[in-house]
Amino acid sequence: MSWTFFHKLGSPKWFYDISSKLLPWLTAFSVLALVVGVVWGLVFAPQDYQQGNSFRIIYIHVPAAILAQSCYMLLAVAGIVGLVWRMKLADVALQCAAPIGAWMTFVALITGSIWGKPTWGTYWEWDARLTSMLILLFLYFGIIALRLAISNRDTAAKATAVMAIVGVVNIPIIKYSVDWWNTLHQPATFTVTEKPAMPVEMWLPLLVMVLAFYGLFALNLLLRMRLEVLRREHKARWVREILEKSA
Amino acid sequence: MSNLSEFIAMGGHGAYVWSAYGITAVVLILLFLPPLLGKRQLVQVEARRRRREEN
Repeated sequence: MSWTFFHKLGSPKWFYDISSKLLPWLTAFSVLALVVGVVWGLVFAPQDYQQGNSFRIIYIHVPAAILAQSCYMLLAVAGIVGLVWRMKLADVALQCAAPIGAWMTFVALITGSIWGKPTWGTYWEWDARLTSMLILLFLYFGIIALRLAISNRDTAAKATAVMAIVGVVNIPIIKYSVDWWNTLHQPATFTVTEKPAMPVEMWLPLLVMVLAFYGLFALNLLLRMRLEVLRREHKARWVREILEKSA
Repeated sequence: MSNLSEFIAMGGHGAYVWSAYGITAVVLILLFLPPLLGKRQLVQVEARRRRREEN
Protein backbone atom coordinates (compact mmCIF):
# COMPACT_ATOMS: atom_id res chain seq x y z
CA MET A 1 0.00 0.00 0.00
CA SER A 2 1.25 3.42 -0.90
CA TRP A 3 1.56 5.88 1.94
CA THR A 4 1.88 8.97 -0.25
CA PHE A 5 -1.84 9.61 0.06
CA PHE A 6 -1.61 9.51 3.84
CA HIS A 7 1.33 11.90 3.92
CA LYS A 8 -0.35 14.28 1.51
CA LEU A 9 -3.23 14.48 3.98
CA GLY A 10 -0.85 16.13 6.37
CA SER A 11 0.06 18.85 3.90
CA PRO A 12 -1.87 22.06 4.59
CA LYS A 13 -1.58 23.24 0.99
CA TRP A 14 -2.92 19.98 -0.40
CA PHE A 15 -5.83 20.21 2.04
CA TYR A 16 -6.55 23.80 1.05
CA ASP A 17 -6.58 22.97 -2.67
CA ILE A 18 -8.69 19.84 -2.44
CA SER A 19 -11.22 21.42 -0.06
CA SER A 20 -11.76 24.35 -2.49
CA LYS A 21 -12.98 21.86 -5.05
CA LEU A 22 -15.23 20.16 -2.53
CA LEU A 23 -16.88 23.28 -1.09
CA PRO A 24 -19.39 24.10 -3.87
CA TRP A 25 -20.71 20.52 -3.99
CA LEU A 26 -20.95 20.27 -0.25
CA THR A 27 -22.76 23.61 -0.04
CA ALA A 28 -25.27 22.63 -2.74
CA PHE A 29 -25.93 19.24 -1.15
CA SER A 30 -26.33 20.60 2.39
CA VAL A 31 -28.61 23.50 1.50
CA LEU A 32 -30.79 21.30 -0.71
CA ALA A 33 -31.08 18.56 1.91
CA LEU A 34 -31.81 21.12 4.63
CA VAL A 35 -34.61 22.83 2.65
CA VAL A 36 -36.17 19.52 1.58
CA GLY A 37 -35.88 18.06 5.08
CA VAL A 38 -37.33 21.09 6.91
CA VAL A 39 -40.30 21.51 4.54
CA TRP A 40 -40.97 17.77 4.53
CA GLY A 41 -40.72 17.50 8.30
CA LEU A 42 -42.77 20.59 9.12
CA VAL A 43 -45.43 20.45 6.40
CA PHE A 44 -45.80 17.02 4.81
CA ALA A 45 -44.89 14.52 7.51
CA PRO A 46 -48.04 13.32 9.33
CA GLN A 47 -48.48 14.35 12.95
CA ASP A 48 -47.95 11.81 15.67
CA TYR A 49 -51.14 10.18 16.95
CA GLN A 50 -50.06 10.71 20.56
CA GLN A 51 -47.73 13.69 20.50
CA GLY A 52 -49.42 15.76 17.79
CA ASN A 53 -47.19 18.33 16.14
CA SER A 54 -44.63 18.61 18.94
CA PHE A 55 -43.12 15.47 17.47
CA ARG A 56 -41.82 17.58 14.56
CA ILE A 57 -39.00 18.67 16.86
CA ILE A 58 -37.52 15.22 16.16
CA TYR A 59 -36.33 16.50 12.77
CA ILE A 60 -33.75 18.73 14.42
CA HIS A 61 -33.32 16.99 17.77
CA VAL A 62 -32.18 13.60 16.47
CA PRO A 63 -29.80 14.94 13.77
CA ALA A 64 -28.22 17.34 16.30
CA ALA A 65 -27.79 14.54 18.84
CA ILE A 66 -26.25 12.20 16.24
CA LEU A 67 -23.86 14.93 15.11
CA ALA A 68 -22.93 15.80 18.69
CA GLN A 69 -21.72 12.23 19.18
CA SER A 70 -20.18 11.75 15.71
CA CYS A 71 -18.26 14.97 16.17
CA TYR A 72 -16.86 13.76 19.48
CA MET A 73 -15.70 10.53 17.89
CA LEU A 74 -14.03 12.62 15.20
CA LEU A 75 -12.18 14.54 17.94
CA ALA A 76 -10.96 11.27 19.46
CA VAL A 77 -9.78 9.93 16.08
CA ALA A 78 -8.07 13.25 15.30
CA GLY A 79 -6.47 13.07 18.74
CA ILE A 80 -5.05 9.59 18.06
CA VAL A 81 -3.82 10.57 14.58
CA GLY A 82 -2.23 13.71 15.98
CA LEU A 83 -0.47 11.90 18.83
CA VAL A 84 0.71 8.88 16.84
CA TRP A 85 1.62 10.37 13.45
CA ARG A 86 2.16 14.01 14.48
CA MET A 87 -0.06 15.09 11.64
CA LYS A 88 -0.49 18.87 11.81
CA LEU A 89 -3.89 18.80 10.17
CA ALA A 90 -5.26 16.46 12.85
CA ASP A 91 -4.85 19.14 15.48
CA VAL A 92 -6.45 21.71 13.18
CA ALA A 93 -9.43 19.37 12.79
CA LEU A 94 -9.64 18.76 16.54
CA GLN A 95 -9.57 22.43 17.36
CA CYS A 96 -12.06 23.43 14.67
CA ALA A 97 -14.56 20.62 15.32
CA ALA A 98 -14.79 21.14 19.10
CA PRO A 99 -16.99 24.30 19.03
CA ILE A 100 -19.25 22.77 16.36
CA GLY A 101 -19.73 19.69 18.52
CA ALA A 102 -20.47 21.85 21.55
CA TRP A 103 -23.15 23.77 19.66
CA MET A 104 -24.68 20.54 18.32
CA THR A 105 -24.86 19.16 21.86
CA PHE A 106 -26.45 22.41 22.99
CA VAL A 107 -29.07 22.16 20.21
CA ALA A 108 -29.79 18.51 21.09
CA LEU A 109 -30.24 19.40 24.78
CA ILE A 110 -32.35 22.53 24.25
CA THR A 111 -34.65 21.04 21.59
CA GLY A 112 -35.00 17.91 23.71
CA SER A 113 -35.90 20.06 26.67
CA ILE A 114 -38.51 22.01 24.67
CA TRP A 115 -39.91 18.73 23.35
CA GLY A 116 -39.96 17.28 26.87
CA LYS A 117 -42.39 19.88 28.20
CA PRO A 118 -45.48 18.88 26.16
CA THR A 119 -44.48 15.20 26.02
CA TRP A 120 -43.16 14.32 29.49
CA GLY A 121 -44.52 17.36 31.33
CA THR A 122 -41.04 18.60 32.29
CA TYR A 123 -38.19 20.48 30.67
CA TRP A 124 -35.52 18.48 32.47
CA GLU A 125 -35.12 15.18 34.28
CA TRP A 126 -31.86 13.80 35.76
CA ASP A 127 -32.23 10.76 33.61
CA ALA A 128 -29.34 8.70 32.17
CA ARG A 129 -29.62 9.88 28.55
CA LEU A 130 -30.02 13.55 29.43
CA THR A 131 -27.28 13.51 32.05
CA SER A 132 -24.76 11.75 29.79
CA MET A 133 -25.49 14.31 27.05
CA LEU A 134 -24.90 17.11 29.55
CA ILE A 135 -21.55 15.46 30.38
CA LEU A 136 -20.75 15.47 26.66
CA LEU A 137 -21.35 19.23 26.60
CA PHE A 138 -18.95 19.65 29.53
CA LEU A 139 -16.34 17.49 27.78
CA TYR A 140 -16.51 19.84 24.79
CA PHE A 141 -16.21 22.85 27.12
CA GLY A 142 -13.22 21.18 28.78
CA ILE A 143 -11.42 20.64 25.46
CA ILE A 144 -12.09 24.22 24.33
CA ALA A 145 -11.00 25.65 27.70
CA LEU A 146 -7.85 23.49 27.81
CA ARG A 147 -6.85 24.84 24.41
CA LEU A 148 -7.36 28.43 25.55
CA ALA A 149 -5.42 27.84 28.78
CA ILE A 150 -2.23 26.55 27.14
CA SER A 151 -0.35 29.08 25.02
CA ASN A 152 2.17 26.67 23.48
CA ARG A 153 0.50 25.14 20.43
CA ASP A 154 2.20 21.74 20.58
CA THR A 155 1.51 21.29 24.27
CA ALA A 156 -2.09 22.35 23.78
CA ALA A 157 -2.44 19.90 20.88
CA LYS A 158 -1.20 16.99 23.02
CA ALA A 159 -3.30 17.90 26.05
CA THR A 160 -6.54 18.30 24.08
CA ALA A 161 -5.84 15.10 22.12
CA VAL A 162 -5.48 13.12 25.37
CA MET A 163 -8.63 14.68 26.81
CA ALA A 164 -10.60 13.92 23.63
CA ILE A 165 -9.47 10.28 23.68
CA VAL A 166 -10.22 9.75 27.37
CA GLY A 167 -13.67 11.38 27.08
CA VAL A 168 -14.76 9.01 24.33
CA VAL A 169 -15.76 6.56 27.08
CA ASN A 170 -18.89 8.70 27.44
CA ILE A 171 -20.09 7.88 23.91
CA PRO A 172 -21.15 4.24 24.53
CA ILE A 173 -22.67 5.41 27.82
CA ILE A 174 -24.88 7.85 25.89
CA LYS A 175 -25.77 5.22 23.31
CA TYR A 176 -26.71 2.45 25.74
CA SER A 177 -28.13 4.72 28.46
CA VAL A 178 -31.64 4.06 27.16
CA ASP A 179 -31.09 0.30 27.47
CA TRP A 180 -29.09 0.08 30.70
CA TRP A 181 -31.24 2.33 32.88
CA ASN A 182 -34.93 2.99 33.25
CA THR A 183 -35.41 6.19 31.36
CA LEU A 184 -38.02 8.55 30.09
CA HIS A 185 -36.16 8.81 26.82
CA GLN A 186 -37.33 6.71 23.90
CA PRO A 187 -34.86 4.27 22.28
CA ALA A 188 -32.98 5.02 19.07
CA THR A 189 -35.01 5.63 15.91
CA PHE A 190 -32.44 4.21 13.53
CA THR A 191 -30.69 0.92 14.25
CA VAL A 192 -28.70 -1.33 11.95
CA THR A 193 -30.65 -4.47 12.74
CA GLU A 194 -34.28 -3.40 12.93
CA LYS A 195 -36.74 -1.38 10.92
CA PRO A 196 -37.66 2.00 12.48
CA ALA A 197 -40.69 1.83 14.77
CA MET A 198 -42.27 4.79 12.98
CA PRO A 199 -43.86 4.79 9.52
CA VAL A 200 -41.80 5.62 6.46
CA GLU A 201 -43.52 9.04 5.97
CA MET A 202 -42.05 10.00 9.32
CA TRP A 203 -38.55 8.54 9.21
CA LEU A 204 -37.66 9.36 5.61
CA PRO A 205 -37.63 13.14 6.22
CA LEU A 206 -35.65 12.40 9.38
CA LEU A 207 -33.05 10.58 7.31
CA VAL A 208 -32.87 13.59 4.96
CA MET A 209 -32.33 15.89 7.94
CA VAL A 210 -29.59 13.66 9.35
CA LEU A 211 -27.81 13.85 5.97
CA ALA A 212 -28.35 17.63 5.88
CA PHE A 213 -26.78 18.00 9.33
CA TYR A 214 -23.81 15.82 8.32
CA GLY A 215 -23.38 17.99 5.21
CA LEU A 216 -23.61 21.24 7.18
CA PHE A 217 -21.19 19.89 9.76
CA ALA A 218 -18.65 18.90 7.10
CA LEU A 219 -19.07 22.25 5.37
CA ASN A 220 -18.65 24.23 8.57
CA LEU A 221 -15.66 22.15 9.62
CA LEU A 222 -13.95 22.60 6.24
CA LEU A 223 -14.51 26.37 6.30
CA ARG A 224 -13.12 26.62 9.83
CA MET A 225 -10.14 24.38 9.04
CA ARG A 226 -9.28 26.36 5.90
CA LEU A 227 -9.22 29.58 7.87
CA GLU A 228 -7.15 28.00 10.64
CA VAL A 229 -4.66 26.64 8.08
CA LEU A 230 -4.27 30.13 6.61
CA ARG A 231 -3.71 31.53 10.11
CA ARG A 232 -1.14 28.93 11.09
CA GLU A 233 0.72 28.97 7.76
CA HIS A 234 0.56 32.74 7.20
CA LYS A 235 4.32 32.84 6.62
CA ALA A 236 4.24 30.27 3.81
CA ARG A 237 4.45 31.64 0.29
CA TRP A 238 1.28 29.99 -1.02
CA VAL A 239 -0.72 31.51 1.86
CA ARG A 240 0.75 34.98 1.21
CA GLU A 241 -0.26 34.69 -2.41
CA ILE A 242 -3.83 33.77 -1.48
CA LEU A 243 -4.11 36.60 1.03
CA GLU A 244 -2.60 39.17 -1.33
CA LYS A 245 -4.97 38.13 -4.08
CA SER A 246 -7.96 38.62 -1.75
CA ALA A 247 -6.78 41.97 -0.42
CA MET B 1 -55.32 32.16 5.31
CA SER B 2 -56.75 29.87 7.98
CA ASN B 3 -54.54 27.18 6.54
CA LEU B 4 -51.48 29.25 7.33
CA SER B 5 -52.58 30.16 10.84
CA GLU B 6 -53.38 26.51 11.48
CA PHE B 7 -49.90 25.63 10.31
CA ILE B 8 -48.34 28.23 12.60
CA ALA B 9 -50.45 27.10 15.55
CA MET B 10 -49.24 23.48 15.10
CA GLY B 11 -52.33 22.20 16.90
CA GLY B 12 -51.40 24.10 20.07
CA HIS B 13 -47.76 23.07 19.95
CA GLY B 14 -46.64 26.08 17.91
CA ALA B 15 -44.63 27.67 20.71
CA TYR B 16 -42.60 24.49 21.25
CA VAL B 17 -42.01 23.66 17.58
CA TRP B 18 -41.14 27.19 16.46
CA SER B 19 -38.88 27.99 19.40
CA ALA B 20 -36.95 24.74 18.80
CA TYR B 21 -36.56 25.47 15.07
CA GLY B 22 -35.79 29.15 15.74
CA ILE B 23 -33.01 28.38 18.23
CA THR B 24 -31.52 25.86 15.80
CA ALA B 25 -31.57 28.45 12.98
CA VAL B 26 -29.78 30.99 15.19
CA VAL B 27 -27.15 28.41 16.18
CA LEU B 28 -26.54 27.52 12.51
CA ILE B 29 -26.01 31.21 11.70
CA LEU B 30 -23.66 31.57 14.68
CA LEU B 31 -21.70 28.54 13.46
CA PHE B 32 -21.19 29.90 9.97
CA LEU B 33 -20.43 33.55 10.79
CA PRO B 34 -16.89 33.15 12.23
CA PRO B 35 -15.39 31.11 9.36
CA LEU B 36 -17.09 33.31 6.73
CA LEU B 37 -16.06 36.63 8.29
CA GLY B 38 -12.67 35.39 9.45
CA LYS B 39 -10.96 35.32 6.09
CA ARG B 40 -11.65 38.99 5.36
CA GLN B 41 -10.29 39.88 8.79
CA LEU B 42 -7.16 37.80 8.21
CA VAL B 43 -6.61 39.43 4.81
CA GLN B 44 -6.81 42.88 6.45
CA VAL B 45 -4.43 41.94 9.27
CA GLU B 46 -1.88 40.56 6.80
CA ALA B 47 -2.20 43.58 4.50
CA ARG B 48 -1.54 45.91 7.44
CA ARG B 49 1.51 43.89 8.42
CA ARG B 50 2.86 43.95 4.86
CA ARG B 51 2.50 47.73 4.75
CA ARG B 52 4.31 48.05 8.10
CA GLU B 53 7.14 45.85 6.86
CA GLU B 54 7.46 47.76 3.61
CA ASN B 55 7.80 51.12 5.38
